Amino acid sequence: MADLSTEVGGIKSPNPFWLASAPPTDKEYNVVRAFKAGWGGVVWKTLGEAGPPVVNVSSRYGAVHIGEQRIFGLNNIELITDRPLEVNLREIKKVKKDWPDRAMVVSLMVPCEEEAWIKILKEVEDTECDGIELNFGCPHGMSERGMGAAVGQVPEYVEMVTRWCKTHTNMPVLVKLTPNVTSILGPAGAAKAGGGDGVSLINTVNSITSIDLDLMAPTPTVDGKGSHGGYCGPAVKPMALHMCAEIARNAGTAGLPMSAIGGISNWRDAAEFIALGAGTTQVCTAVMHYGFKIVEDMIDGLSDWMDQKGYEKISDFQGLAVPNITDWQNLNMNYEIVAEIEQAKCVKCGLCHIVCEDTSHQAISAERIDGERKYSVIDDECVGCNLCMHVCPENCITMRKVDNGKDYMNWTQDPRNPFSTAAE
Amino acid sequence: MTQSRDIAAGRCEAIALAKAFGDLHSPLTDQQAFNEASRCFYCHDAPCLEACPTSIDIPGFIRRIATGNATGAGRTILDSNIMGATCARVCPVEELCEEVCVRNTGDHKPVTIAQLQRHATDALFEAGMQPYTREAETDKKIAVVGAGPAGLACAHRLARYGHEVTVFEAKPKAGGLNEYGLAAYKMPDNIAQREVDFILSVGGINLETGKALGDELTLDQLRNDYDAVFLGLGLGAVNALGLEGEEVDAIKDAVDYISDLRQADDLMSVAVGRRVIVIGGGNTAIDAAVQAKRLGADEVTLVYRRGPEQMGATGFEQDLAQTNGVVIRHWAKPVAIKGENGSAVEMTFEATQLDGKGRLEGTGATFTLAADQVFKAIGQAFDAAPLQGGAAPEVSGGRIVIDETRRTSLGNVYAGGDCVAGQDLTVSAVEDGKVAAKAMHLELTKGTS
Repeated sequence: MADLSTEVGGIKSPNPFWLASAPPTDKEYNVVRAFKAGWGGVVWKTLGEAGPPVVNVSSRYGAVHIGEQRIFGLNNIELITDRPLEVNLREIKKVKKDWPDRAMVVSLMVPCEEEAWIKILKEVEDTECDGIELNFGCPHGMSERGMGAAVGQVPEYVEMVTRWCKTHTNMPVLVKLTPNVTSILGPAGAAKAGGGDGVSLINTVNSITSIDLDLMAPTPTVDGKGSHGGYCGPAVKPMALHMCAEIARNAGTAGLPMSAIGGISNWRDAAEFIALGAGTTQVCTAVMHYGFKIVEDMIDGLSDWMDQKGYEKISDFQGLAVPNITDWQNLNMNYEIVAEIEQAKCVKCGLCHIVCEDTSHQAISAERIDGERKYSVIDDECVGCNLCMHVCPENCITMRKVDNGKDYMNWTQDPRNPFSTAAE
Repeated sequence: MTQSRDIAAGRCEAIALAKAFGDLHSPLTDQQAFNEASRCFYCHDAPCLEACPTSIDIPGFIRRIATGNATGAGRTILDSNIMGATCARVCPVEELCEEVCVRNTGDHKPVTIAQLQRHATDALFEAGMQPYTREAETDKKIAVVGAGPAGLACAHRLARYGHEVTVFEAKPKAGGLNEYGLAAYKMPDNIAQREVDFILSVGGINLETGKALGDELTLDQLRNDYDAVFLGLGLGAVNALGLEGEEVDAIKDAVDYISDLRQADDLMSVAVGRRVIVIGGGNTAIDAAVQAKRLGADEVTLVYRRGPEQMGATGFEQDLAQTNGVVIRHWAKPVAIKGENGSAVEMTFEATQLDGKGRLEGTGATFTLAADQVFKAIGQAFDAAPLQGGAAPEVSGGRIVIDETRRTSLGNVYAGGDCVAGQDLTVSAVEDGKVAAKAMHLELTKGTS
């Protein structure tokens, strides 16, 4: 079995699977269940300052279902913890004491006043947790009060609060970023500039999951009205991958430790983020869909895959995909692939044909041979776009490399590019 | 030594009987329908559509179910097949649309098209929608003889074109075999009459029951009184065994028994033998056998002269019979009957086999079964007698001859359904009626715009 132990921003964890700051990590009962199930760490649901109570509404979640797949995406309008601060602190301290090998990170969100941060940092230090995560991400509710994403969207604030925290505590500081920005590099760079030990991303995406056409109101609906919420789950994974990749490959932020979040549902998703440089991964929607025991498969799935690949420890493959993420202009213009249909597996649904015919390059013919349907790729018309492969419900279309004998040539070298730098 | 017949009604408790004759397949819930609809690939050039005799846009209606547009799905079905509700319940889909579903290849399980079709048509009926309107009324009058699937489908189309249609039906109710000839557990909740009512509700159709061709109603007269005539006569005759003693009261045509059962106000009043023999291998034989068993017969034996592959009944129907406790004996034909009115009968069967040329022959080996009730279901035949006595359409091979527009040898006379050659299925009959209506309309409106 591969060594799954890992580290992010100075926080050690027996495996890269953490629960993200969210409802599943709101109290001792849940967190202990998670640790028993095998989770390597948790980010305790965000604590706010003592005093004015946080009150939640019902309902709180909206979801997007596709076909029989429930919860392709989930959205929530829940605020930070609504339990008393001292109760949370007491439970955090107890759980950390009982589970010393697990990563215990505490998510924090208090007003943008240095005193407020100093106060809570001292209280949290007493729990002997492994680190803190600054919640600059939540896009709903708290942002209306000048916290969460309202901070995360302003790099200067991100840097300022991060610096306060680094100044007033020795605990490792992870900065949780909101994706609701034009470029993730601004806030990520600010977190680095402020001295943050790492970043967690992405927090949830501004969203309305659906409109109830009877109520004429968004969902989740609270007494006939709704508010935008934070979107998460498998639907947001591609956006999260992109943002992690941007941080990993940009000179100003490269090497910044990352705890990746965004639709991670299984070991393969996690491995993808680690391949982009993440040190740990955080999960929420998948456990809110299936419960904590999915971590069992995450652990042995990742371990078996690493064994098969010859990776002995997480760092052996961490970041390996980063050099292969590049700008479009560096792609090889001479690389050529065409679709190939494995006729023996084809069930003759004709979807490859109709999508190519209607929406692409008219490169898949439809014939009847002795009454039998036959769909064939017209190599000369195929541009290698992959659409048919994605559409095929039986997974019987692959893309075959055409050996055209041409060498690598990118757009900057391409004679068809008027700004080409290649010699004529 | 003959025994007296053990035949009695009420062999089962009323509750058990109601359950036995309730829905064979319970309707899908909305969630089940959604899940099943999600299995459809929405094929281009879909094989299911092509396999449907009425060319229902199956991927189109299933997609509508998946998007929560069940009434639109129902309309899509009825656009091609006005008897989509009955067909959803009785069509041999395992040999039609579901047989060619591409999901058989990967999943070994087709999308359950029939159940989805039922879901959609039920939704439309429940919504009380009338999707069809009539075009401006024409001055054309058309007679339809027979209110079965062919006749009603034809009448509906003609009415939509704006023509005035009169449907003559020999029986007291419209619906044909949907009303009189199918097993009760396939057609519960009076669906046949609800469908008839829906069809007639488009307007422009005048139904006259109790009027059969041949008595005061002659084809010559109809051709004289109407601009065109459609014959949906069905099969009026039943094949006989051709054995001595066939007329004893223990022996009955299966179609009559099924009809009586379907028309019974109370199934507790329908008598059934303790030991029942059904002779035949088609769906009628299965319907009679299973219903006899469900009425409480102790032993039901279905005897067929060939093997399971040659049976007209589908594999599903054969399985249904066997899981209902019907014993199926293949490769045997009746050769002798012993019994008299009021007594049980003893039927002797001879084992059969195929000779070297593929013809059926007796082996000489025999066995004898005693029965309190015997149902003959060895096929029905077209009865051409009502057409005689004037100009009659050409009949060949025992069926009315038609061209591809369903026109007979008589210019303004069209025909369809079981009285013409082809598959004797509800769905085929509907297609005949639909095609004939279109041809009649084109013919009658030729030269007008």
